[in-house]
Amino acid sequence: MTERLPGWRDIPIGGVAFKPSEEYKTGDWRVFRPVLNKEKCNRCYLCHFYCPEGAIKVLDTGDIEIDYDYCKGCLICVNECPRGALESVQE
Amino acid sequence: MSGEKLSLKDLARKRDLLAPGHRLCAGCGAAIVARLVMKATRGPTIVACATGCLEVATTIFPYTAWRVPWIHSAFENVASTASGIEAGLKALKRAGKLKYDHVDVIAFGGDGATYDIGFQAISGAFERGHDILYVLYDNEAYMNTGIQRSGGTPKYASTTTSPAGKVIPGKLELKKPISHIMVAHRIPYVATASPAYPLDLMRKVRRGLEVEGPAFIHILAPCPRGWRFDPRYTIEMARLAVQTCVFPLWEAENGKYKLTGVSRSIARNPKMKKPVEEYLKRQGRFRHLFTPENRHLVDEIQKIVDEEWNWLLKMCQLS
Amino acid sequence: MGVRGKVLGLTGDEAVAYAIKQVEPDVVAAYPITPQTIIVERISEYVANGEIKTEYIAVESEHSAMSACIGAAAVGARAFTATASAGLAFMWETLYIAASCRLPIVMAIVNRALSAPINIHCDHSDSMGARDSGWIQIYCENSQEAYDAAIQAWKIAEHPDVLLPVMFCLDGFVLSHTLENVHTLPDEDVKEFIGERKFVKVRSHEGREVPFVLDPENPITIGPLDLYDFYFEHKRQQVEAMKNAKKVIVDVGREYGKISGREYGLLEPYKLESAEVAIVGLGSTMGTAKVVVDKLREKGRKVGLLKIRAFRPFPYEEVIKELEHVEVIGVLDRSLSFGAQGGPLFLEIRSAFYDFERRPLISNYVYGLGGRDMPPDLIMQIFDDLEKIKEKGRVDVLLKFIGLRE
Repeated sequence: MTERLPGWRDIPIGGVAFKPSEEYKTGDWRVFRPVLNKEKCNRCYLCHFYCPEGAIKVLDTGDIEIDYDYCKGCLICVNECPRGALESVQE
Repeated sequence: MSGEKLSLKDLARKRDLLAPGHRLCAGCGAAIVARLVMKATRGPTIVACATGCLEVATTIFPYTAWRVPWIHSAFENVASTASGIEAGLKALKRAGKLKYDHVDVIAFGGDGATYDIGFQAISGAFERGHDILYVLYDNEAYMNTGIQRSGGTPKYASTTTSPAGKVIPGKLELKKPISHIMVAHRIPYVATASPAYPLDLMRKVRRGLEVEGPAFIHILAPCPRGWRFDPRYTIEMARLAVQTCVFPLWEAENGKYKLTGVSRSIARNPKMKKPVEEYLKRQGRFRHLFTPENRHLVDEIQKIVDEEWNWLLKMCQLS
Repeated sequence: MGVRGKVLGLTGDEAVAYAIKQVEPDVVAAYPITPQTIIVERISEYVANGEIKTEYIAVESEHSAMSACIGAAAVGARAFTATASAGLAFMWETLYIAASCRLPIVMAIVNRALSAPINIHCDHSDSMGARDSGWIQIYCENSQEAYDAAIQAWKIAEHPDVLLPVMFCLDGFVLSHTLENVHTLPDEDVKEFIGERKFVKVRSHEGREVPFVLDPENPITIGPLDLYDFYFEHKRQQVEAMKNAKKVIVDVGREYGKISGREYGLLEPYKLESAEVAIVGLGSTMGTAKVVVDKLREKGRKVGLLKIRAFRPFPYEEVIKELEHVEVIGVLDRSLSFGAQGGPLFLEIRSAFYDFERRPLISNYVYGLGGRDMPPDLIMQIFDDLEKIKEKGRVDVLLKFIGLRE
């Protein structure tokens, strides 16, 4: 690690965590990525509920969007999609 | 079932209170469980978490994935910590120092924290009647420390402290009937849930939050690493567990048992019940059962599952 | 000095319970254990009679007692508990957690020996076992001090430069079950003295400075996982808080003196002026020893004593200042650290004097374990022994056991 970590005076007391997990991009864990075929998607949103990361977002338009910053490539969504609208592609 | 009628469409729009960027394994059942539970919250919520996979991987300093006030103190005391939070809120409200009308308190514990080391604390908290919701995310072993057996490990599962060896074929003890023990504590609401059926799960969580007094929800959290299956099958495992009646879905309001979802369908139509082999053969932790010498153990497991299922059916009839 | 309030006949336990009644914490979570039982029973009575609105959690164990206090304090409530001996031992891991999470919990310890064999009587092995936990530790000489400590503890714990839990200790049975005259303050004076609990600001994961309390409006995460990159720094923060506690204990003690007429500090010298030999110790035995010192002084012997009130943070500099002119120091320990050169207080005193230019002769006397009585004549023996050491000019036996049958 090239960046110097904060000293004891610069971190909150009591072990209070001061960074949101979103700053840690787990997307680079992936070997395979799920890719959405919008035409096949019937917006059941099961993938949104089954994703362990919450990386499958439901947009205001009602469309599904996969946040590849966090997707770990577990492929549960690909396996569960009732319409086969998600496909697994190697990175 | 009673409780607010939630819909998947509405809940899908709700902001996640467990943020991405946590370090749980790819395909982790506990992550899905935690996300779904937090989806079902209804207002100001405080979460207490026991030591375990969920706690450790979501709060690696300086990062935290929790968008609600959250505290972890130790392994065996999440029920006591939650009791203190609940009592503190009650006292503050009485003194006019609380700006909320009501705050929900949720305690998350793994099977380690719940079946074994934290059992005393839960029993005490439930006897005292604190208004908390206890969520047991059950991955059926001490996963965080490396897959050691717990009181929640099913019979004949191979773990690192109950390995399937030449002489002993895995854990020889039965899975402790934790949820029935909680019903026996006479608390207002006990339920089981599986992440494969998210709406059923979230409705039960909401119901647990709504009741006044202790509520206990036992949620199966399949673990790809510990149960040894490809991560993409986590939800399938959670589904098969219900379809084979290894993990039936039920709820008990004030001790009155009622089946829900697929389990209710199986009760009405017993042909739907899948043989337990379909569940066991998919997981590496049961692989040793599929040799000629050990085949009879699969039959024994089927017998155990059938007996417990029939017992549950009777309890539902008596209720 | 016109001090208001009544004088009540109270045992040590009752005095603590009475003080807590006046403080009226939001939550009391406790499990009974001899000799603390009267504290929790009295508090339960106050609650049952509606005299206080405290939420009393009858927890199922001491580990849960401290855990519940942690939860309550984290959510902004004032939390109190009391225990002794095995109960304190049972909550050992949670003591460290409470201190590291910087929660201003207050706890009464009614000093009792640790098992085995099981013993219900007084010694300091229980609280000494917690001396590294990060808690502030105060020892009380009598029920009056226990009453006063039970009130001051909140102000010390909640001070923004401190934010550490406080345990105040009173000797089991000797103080807890003995009736004494206790000067109590009026209820309003107590409430005014401790005021309302305030919260410092911390930087949360949302990037804002928010109050250090679990609040849905400003969520924070308490109790994360530290790897080797941050744990050390978190502990260093606790060291700083302990350092700050020294001044706060003195300041609070002085403030308390203004409303009660009884001022407190880190330690209490007694007739140390021109003392040639002196004893140092904790707790009720120092009360007995004061009587012995009076008697010996009447006879013209140049003796004195130093009572340590705050064991953590240990008042090293103050100890040296009080004892620097003394030639022989006898340190009284009512607990052992098996395998060490002497008892815990001895090791602290000795360490304090290591850097001092003149090293007095220091001798250790372990006494009173498991409630073994320490009457005046045994204390007299110690003073005689110290004078022998002074004549010899050296300490032959570093650790002696007083009151033990050989």
